[in-house]
Amino acid sequence: MIKLVNVSMGFNGKSVLNNVSLEVSQGETMVIIGPSGSGKSTILRLLVGLLKPSAGEIWISDQEVSHYSEDRFNNLRRNMGMVFQYSALFDSMTVGENVAFGLRQHTNMTEEEIARVVRRKLRMVGLSGQEEKMPNQLSGGMKKRVSLARAIALNPGIVLYDEPTAGLDPMMSATISRLIASTRRILKVTSIVVTHDMESAFWVADRIAMIYNGEIVACGTVSQIKESDNPLVQRFINGMASLGNSARRRA
Amino acid sequence: MVVRFLEKIGRSVIRGFENGGWVIILALEALGHLRRRPNWRQVLHQMVHLGVDSLPIVMLTMLFTGMVMTVQTAHEFIRYGAQASVGGVVFIAMGRELAPVLTAVVFAGRVGAAITAEIGSMKVTEQIDALRVMATNPVAYLVVPRLISCALMLPVLCIFANVIGTVGGYLVATTFAGISSFSYLHSIKMFAVISDVTGGLVKTMVFGGIVAIIGCHKGLTAPEGAEGVGKATTGSVVTSMILIFISNYFLSLLLYR
Ligand SMILES: Nc1ncnc2c1ncn2[C@@H]1O[C@H](COP(=O)(O)OP(=O)(O)OP(=O)(O)O)[C@@H](O)[C@H]1O
Ligand SMILES: [Mg+2]
Repeated sequence: MIKLVNVSMGFNGKSVLNNVSLEVSQGETMVIIGPSGSGKSTILRLLVGLLKPSAGEIWISDQEVSHYSEDRFNNLRRNMGMVFQYSALFDSMTVGENVAFGLRQHTNMTEEEIARVVRRKLRMVGLSGQEEKMPNQLSGGMKKRVSLARAIALNPGIVLYDEPTAGLDPMMSATISRLIASTRRILKVTSIVVTHDMESAFWVADRIAMIYNGEIVACGTVSQIKESDNPLVQRFINGMASLGNSARRRA
Repeated sequence: MVVRFLEKIGRSVIRGFENGGWVIILALEALGHLRRRPNWRQVLHQMVHLGVDSLPIVMLTMLFTGMVMTVQTAHEFIRYGAQASVGGVVFIAMGRELAPVLTAVVFAGRVGAAITAEIGSMKVTEQIDALRVMATNPVAYLVVPRLISCALMLPVLCIFANVIGTVGGYLVATTFAGISSFSYLHSIKMFAVISDVTGGLVKTMVFGGIVAIIGCHKGLTAPEGAEGVGKATTGSVVTSMILIFISNYFLSLLLYR
């Protein structure tokens, strides 16, 4: 479904990803963890074609896309949604218009139908009736949720989340985690979730991949990762768990 | 020392050409998208917005330009007994050069800067990336409507500029310079032809396109951070103005020979 084969990427001669290979199958939720600056966002940006890899192959729905032109990529992007690390809401538009954006651009729905979809998606993320608000009137967590509603407005088959719970209070991150899980269940989406939040990672993941210094150092199911004897992995998940008690309890 | 200095000049020349190349590519891409039907509602909305934004400054600038032009020409022309041609001279200078160029310069400072600031802040907050991920071409969605509305709105502003400049000139001529109202208006009718105005309007279409393309290009390539947007905005105004003055020379050669 989604596959990276020996992908390398660098900026201005500085290597960021080194021979990264990763495979996510249809309907699976893959969580990518790793320290700040290790290249997690870069992987997502490669997958949606915002960046081109300097080497390697990227497969999406059985197509090798690393050399696709913008126009060809757009055909695939209609089936993809992305929640940006800093939400990236269109700040000149209302919340409702943000969520409706893809519907207006890519469907022939009437305004009534669009309004209905927008209402339903906002209800899903717990923001009923906030259509008329402007993004600068929202808290960071609310923006994240609008961004999520916008990403799933067209019922995409693939959703990419860049730190969906960062900067949210524990209750809200639990809500978002549940949302990711239910989105996957209801819409049968293939998801990739980049996160620092181990509690959320263990909750939503089918498999977890850990990236360190631009390389995948571990990849496996939740229990495999928890029992991994890789010291990097242990340090990362325990360092995080010591901050959140319930995660340690579950572990 | 000298070598370093030359290196620096060389680098900025290269950068200039490189940027020039990207600007041309952007312009061609935008023109390519013109074949598809643009979103007229958005274009109209933009035009109203741009027009309302810059009309007051354009009016003020041109009122005083018309006035000062008349003061200077009237003073000299009366010495040579040519007061009967003051109106015509002011009107032609206004229609061919002053109104188009000054309106465009004001427009670059006002609208070009606003375009760069808006698109630049969209760039640094990843909104441009969000557009692309949502399968929307930023050039078609952001650049094309701005290009059309600038290229259409600047001539409209220029018409206002001509009128208000002529009125300013008329006021000074009749109240301070001792030229009769009849003589001022008659000389306009005698000397000016329609192409004096239409040529200027053609120029402003080009200038409007320059302001839009440069504004969008600087915004889309704004460096990270809030200060990057500020830099891009200043750069946008300066570059637009330089290109307006240079292209004005060649357009004048083309239109008025
Ligand atoms: N456009 C860019 N130009 C230059 N360097 C970049 C660019 N984007 C990312 N980088 C560099 O690539 C590296 C990885 O960045 P990336 O954003 O993928 O990290 P990340 O794992 O998402 O980190 P975080 O958890 O802080 O979001 C960083 O060192 C960053 O400085
Ligand atoms: Mg990141």
